Amino acid sequence: MPPAHPLSAFRATLPVMFGYIPLGIAFGVLFAQLGHPWYMATAMGLAVYAGAAQFMAVGLLAAGAGIWEIGLATLLLNARHMFYGLSMAARFPRGPSRAYLIFGLTDETYSLLAAAGPASPGFYLTVTALNQVYWVLGCTVGAWLGADTALDLRGLDFVLTALFVVLAIEQALTVRDARPVLLAAVCTLLAWALAGAQHMLLVGLALTTISLLVVYRRQWPTNAI
Amino acid sequence: MADQRYLILAIAVMALATFATRALPFLLLRGDARQPLVLYLGRYLPPAVMTALVIYSLKDVPFAAAPHGAPQLLAIAVTAGLHLWKRNALLSIGVGTGLFMWMTQSGFLAG
Repeated sequence: MPPAHPLSAFRATLPVMFGYIPLGIAFGVLFAQLGHPWYMATAMGLAVYAGAAQFMAVGLLAAGAGIWEIGLATLLLNARHMFYGLSMAARFPRGPSRAYLIFGLTDETYSLLAAAGPASPGFYLTVTALNQVYWVLGCTVGAWLGADTALDLRGLDFVLTALFVVLAIEQALTVRDARPVLLAAVCTLLAWALAGAQHMLLVGLALTTISLLVVYRRQWPTNAI
Repeated sequence: MADQRYLILAIAVMALATFATRALPFLLLRGDARQPLVLYLGRYLPPAVMTALVIYSLKDVPFAAAPHGAPQLLAIAVTAGLHLWKRNALLSIGVGTGLFMWMTQSGFLAG
């Protein structure tokens, strides 16, 4: 078991620090455009702690989307997290820190912990907590700046589109299959045409899931997964 | 204030939904967590959801009027191209967003 020196955990989180603080600031600035007090951005970083879902929520909240729509979109968007636990269940320590380690299992934290291999409970806890500190710090600073910034921020909302473009490419490269991307594009555009802009996401995600299940039965052999 | 209540409710629902997705495998692993359908959806749903979100984020773009969403499509192409080339998420997002902000604020390709 490698030594649990706090400094080694901090060093491991440095790339995430440089990612989470600016991304958190971008979220906070966007969030502030909704007109809510800055500490609600802090609360979101503390309670939700999910980058892509929080960005998505800014759009959904601005559109006045329904609570169930927001919940379902969050579930579907974070469905990928379900698979991180499969390889961590045996490694996470039993005891009081386990629930927090599960709560804090973001894409980046999972990457760091998976890459670190077997390590002490202190290492897991320090890495997970530091990552959330970076994220909450970014969210808070961004919301502060956003509230009274004199900067011209027109166009900054594109950061959401860019984030999802990057995540779609990353995920498609991970599964080495462009079909989920093509299916989703067709289904979402179809939903846009049929259900209109307001219900596009809910109808589009439902159509996408149904068509993925149809394709699963017809084409994808289970041993290819 | 109703608006604040809506936000707090949304945060609570999102927190529950997010924790549920992270905690589920730890519960499932007590039984058989390697069901093919669960593995399949966990694998293929994320790229599909991200794609749906790209399109959803363009819902307010006036494609019918000039410049017909050209700045958005150009910035998406630059973001995607740069990411396929360098695989650096922050670089791709930063350059794509910077380019789009510049186009928006300078009136480049404006209708």
